[in-house]
Amino acid sequence: MSTTSVMGGIVRRKEDPALIQGKGVYVDDKKFHGELSVAFVRSPFAAATIESIDTSAAEALDGVWAVYTSADVSHLGPNPAQVPVGALRPLLAEGVVKHVGEAVAMVVASDRYIAEDAAELVFVDYDPGEAVVDLKEAFTDAVKVHADASNTLLTWNGNAWWAGVIELPDPQPAIQESKLRDDAIVVSLEMTNQRLIPTAIEPRAVIAEWNDGYGSVELWTSSQIPHAVAGAIGITFGIASNKVRVVAPEVGGGFGVKLNVYPDEILVCFASKQLGRPVRWTETRREAAFSSIQGRGWLGTATITGTSEGKILGYELEVMCDMGAYTHNFTVAIPLLGLFVASGQYDIPTSYKLHCVTTNTMTTDAYRGAGRPEAAYYLERIIDVFSRRIGMDPADVRKANFWPPEAFPVQVPIGLTMDSGNYAENLDSLLDRVGYDDLKAKRDAARSEGRLLGIGLSSYVEVCGFGPSVLVGTAFSWASYGLPSAFNGSGVVRVQPDGTCTVTIGTGPSGQGHETTWAQIVSDGLGIPMDNIEVHHGDSLDSPMGVGTFGSRSIAVDGSATFEATGRVREKAAVIAGHLLEAAADDMVFEDGGAHVAGSPDRAVTWAEIALSAYQPHTLPEGVEGGLESSVVFSPPNATWPFGSHMALVEVDPETGDVDLLNYWATDDCGNVINPMIVDGQVHGGIAQGVAQALFEEAIYDSDGNLLTTSMIDYALPSAENLPMFSLDRTVTPTDSNPLGVKGIGEAGTIGSAQTIVNAVVDAVAHLGVEHIEMPLRPKRVWQAIQDARG
Amino acid sequence: MDVQITVNGVDHSSDVEPRTLLVHYLRENLGLTGTHVGCDTGYCGACTVIVDGRSVKSCTMFAVQASGASIRTVEGVADGDELHPVQEGFWECHGLQCGFCTPGMIMSSIALLESNDSPTDEEIRHGIEGNQCRCTGYHNIVKSVQYAGAKMRGETPEVGVTAEVSS
Amino acid sequence: MYPPNFDYVTPSTLDEALAVLSESENAKVLSGGMSLIPLMKLRLVRPATVVDISRIPGLDGVVDHGDHIEIGAMVRTAETAGNALIAEHATALAEAASATADLQVRNQGTTCGSIAHADLAADQPAAVLALAGTMVAASTRGTREIAAADFFVDTLTSALESDEILVKIKIPKGGKSVYRKLGRRGGGSDYPIAAAAVWVDTDGSTVADARIAVTGVSSKPYLASESAAAMVGTGGSGEAIAAASSHATDGVVVLEDLYASVDYRTHLAKVYVKRALEDVLA
Repeated sequence: MSTTSVMGGIVRRKEDPALIQGKGVYVDDKKFHGELSVAFVRSPFAAATIESIDTSAAEALDGVWAVYTSADVSHLGPNPAQVPVGALRPLLAEGVVKHVGEAVAMVVASDRYIAEDAAELVFVDYDPGEAVVDLKEAFTDAVKVHADASNTLLTWNGNAWWAGVIELPDPQPAIQESKLRDDAIVVSLEMTNQRLIPTAIEPRAVIAEWNDGYGSVELWTSSQIPHAVAGAIGITFGIASNKVRVVAPEVGGGFGVKLNVYPDEILVCFASKQLGRPVRWTETRREAAFSSIQGRGWLGTATITGTSEGKILGYELEVMCDMGAYTHNFTVAIPLLGLFVASGQYDIPTSYKLHCVTTNTMTTDAYRGAGRPEAAYYLERIIDVFSRRIGMDPADVRKANFWPPEAFPVQVPIGLTMDSGNYAENLDSLLDRVGYDDLKAKRDAARSEGRLLGIGLSSYVEVCGFGPSVLVGTAFSWASYGLPSAFNGSGVVRVQPDGTCTVTIGTGPSGQGHETTWAQIVSDGLGIPMDNIEVHHGDSLDSPMGVGTFGSRSIAVDGSATFEATGRVREKAAVIAGHLLEAAADDMVFEDGGAHVAGSPDRAVTWAEIALSAYQPHTLPEGVEGGLESSVVFSPPNATWPFGSHMALVEVDPETGDVDLLNYWATDDCGNVINPMIVDGQVHGGIAQGVAQALFEEAIYDSDGNLLTTSMIDYALPSAENLPMFSLDRTVTPTDSNPLGVKGIGEAGTIGSAQTIVNAVVDAVAHLGVEHIEMPLRPKRVWQAIQDARG
Repeated sequence: MDVQITVNGVDHSSDVEPRTLLVHYLRENLGLTGTHVGCDTGYCGACTVIVDGRSVKSCTMFAVQASGASIRTVEGVADGDELHPVQEGFWECHGLQCGFCTPGMIMSSIALLESNDSPTDEEIRHGIEGNQCRCTGYHNIVKSVQYAGAKMRGETPEVGVTAEVSS
Repeated sequence: MYPPNFDYVTPSTLDEALAVLSESENAKVLSGGMSLIPLMKLRLVRPATVVDISRIPGLDGVVDHGDHIEIGAMVRTAETAGNALIAEHATALAEAASATADLQVRNQGTTCGSIAHADLAADQPAAVLALAGTMVAASTRGTREIAAADFFVDTLTSALESDEILVKIKIPKGGKSVYRKLGRRGGGSDYPIAAAAVWVDTDGSTVADARIAVTGVSSKPYLASESAAAMVGTGGSGEAIAAASSHATDGVVVLEDLYASVDYRTHLAKVYVKRALEDVLA
């Protein structure tokens, strides 16, 4: 294996030695002296009035320190890190509950077993009301989730923006006109993009220690956004941000579920302040199912108007998006993210309308891909339906409508432009590698023997790397509701007096390998060995600011900040090294752990010598300040727009409907690549989650709002037995949105994959008369679709 | 109740409630926090340890049941500074991302390789079916176990974590 | 995740265990705990006393008794899956055991525990039914034998009394058997959506005797007697198998859940009876 440190090289991860020895520290591994444990009392009803709460029996139990209800905490106000659209979630239920699992009371005890015993002794008298779960029913307002508000919180109307915000024509008149053409073919399909439970393997966990003496609080939390959590705590308790330390240590997977400021993060701080002890809560898997955010939950209709030659004349999407009962950080913003990429890789007039609808269920928010997998799903599914209707190869239909490379930058709504793309080349590269014609022949040969093989294809474009300053002040930014964050990235590069390097970044990774990738950037820029570079992240007091890790943004934004900071440190170090070597700064070359004069490798100084001089200002040339560090806040001018095409081969058991995923190929383009091993790993995991949505996973509520999938037994993640090896490749189309030319890869695999699988399964059974099957494609649904088609 | 448990070769004698789960005993009483808890129902496998030679889920076992047993956890599999081949395989082949499932995955893989030193990919997938990973799609985990198997057989492992172009 | 407290006893003899069970109002037997402990962690089951039988000598081991084999109460599911005697004389049970849950659960859970738990969707009960196993139950009142056909009463309910321990299962030798299933996650993974265990005894190319058991389909694992009867005397042709499998759900109430409608599960029961018959006669 290569162990070079240059960018673009495979480097074993710096994170791993601790993690493979069980020595990594996750929140639940961090023990505080004298800590107490919390258990929550949660609503068993989706809609109810709370008549009374009797905590006396619980309080009387040995080992119980306190039982809190809304009466104790409502003065703190609702969690401030919520976009104020729709009802805000109270810290603890205030007189009413709106979904099963909503926290009603909080028990603090000497250990978790006792806390759970006590939670059973809290008697809550509920008067159940009528719940609404079905999206179409909720849309009618026949049953209201919140008594005095419509269930439809807002409607994102892309057409209105196109016509109003920037100078683009409203596509609707042209689309409607095209339907009147003699050669117009219209295909339309209602499809569900089901509810999902993110299911990071590490449940969320928090522990807070309030120190009255210092007037400060320290919170360890399994979060993707420690700085935002710190901001919310500061606002809630009226203390300055430099008195709040929020640490996200090792985080055991995020996928969006840890991209929220949750009431429990504030409540453990409150309890610690009240009780003078550290207070811990760790989520159970059951709680993770119904009291941490869920994802997806769209129901909509996609329509294509096109010609028999495959030219798409118009694409229309109208969708209801399930918000759940309360809105959180990004709840209403997720549908908007889908809007950005609703037209995919295609130059097609596009009309879209998204309704954000509340129901008596847990809040939805970002889940890996967040709006973009949904958009890709509707578009790429209906393109397949259209292709089949006109009898054209789905690859050819896609190619007939791609934006050509010379069209970039391409304008999309809300003032953004797609940075770069070479879509046809990317798809051709995939088709060549797969041997598409041979694969189709293999499928057809198998079909003639009665076997049901199917090929699925999807292209996708993603928007990520958030984000441009233009988004500040929109629903995407915490700045809009008073939290000290903007959508920028932070990187601090400091060379220590001994020549080692400490890098501090504003991200909150959960497995993405930031310590390694960032060390590669810095090692490449300074010539300091990887082993001498330590990367710190996930600490609100460590970095000047931090937005966190989500939306495939870390490398494009915080990575770029670090790259720029590295350049500034190198510039200053060149001056110092030049001074020490009595040579010009411009002649300094940094490699192999130090600097030397260009062309004279013997005239060299080590980083330790350079750094020591930097911290002894009397040794520096006149006008050069002491110290050797740079802190950069990077503000990207634009988001980034990765893209790719994926293909799957499946076999359907004609008797049972069981789907076997035989092969999966992906050709992604995320611009420049710093560590191919890590990038591939992100794609593997991303594909697995899209396949999981297509075949296995669904959060199922009954009509009373009871969640039926609260354990891993009922919410079936794919196991190793359910997935194949993935065959990956890349094209490289750099972005000019950042100096690294990188686009982000965390979500691409998920955005490209669910519809690839569905397209493949439908391809396997389309000749029997099946047009569509709803996800997840459990055997029963595939079998039923075959039965229905056969009549 | 009194329990006597040997963990990673060290004898421990403790007083625990009967309801104390083995995983909580390891984590809270002994401070061995490498063994993780990822679910409530004995499904995710993050808590996998080896009890008297058998891989089991320590969240679905009471500490009192393990009295008298000898337990191996992820903290005890390296030989001093030398990593266990399975640990090395996971590092070399990028078999982990967030690392939370990794200790359980490593313990399952060790148990698997100790009973079958030349597993096929399919046997590996069947053997780790009780360990859920949400990050890797299992692709590199299968490679990691193959790497370790080769190492344990005294062969030179093939390494291949780069983008593969294959059908 | 955090069970309520209980008294824990580890009897060193069977008589001691049976005495505790007979004296306790609300005691549960613990062998591997793969069914009991998750229910206790969810606080759905709250025994006052847990009787751990794992330290009682003589309950482990698979023993050859000439015309039958015996599987003791502490034989782990993984042992059942890998045991040569069981593989040879009770193939369906070996296959059902290896299709049960995952390796860690098989390593800790016991075959007898799974049988005693009587989950409607467990794998091993179907095999024991098809193999005409006999359950040996002990209590302070003595020992009795219960035929598999009489053992499974309803969902999570067996013929065992609350003071009884299933100490062993006897499986007669002879014939051939297989177990085939569709799991919740497709293929053989996870709990069966529907599965069938089939045992046949052949005389030349004629099916002399047959038993067919189905699990995951109704409120308990059951014998599809009419399917079996339809096979007897046939030569095992495709037509005979199709005719027999069409009776796979005769007389039972087929259940609907997140994974199957009544129609689909009825169909699956027939498919898996058919596939099991095809394989056992192949």
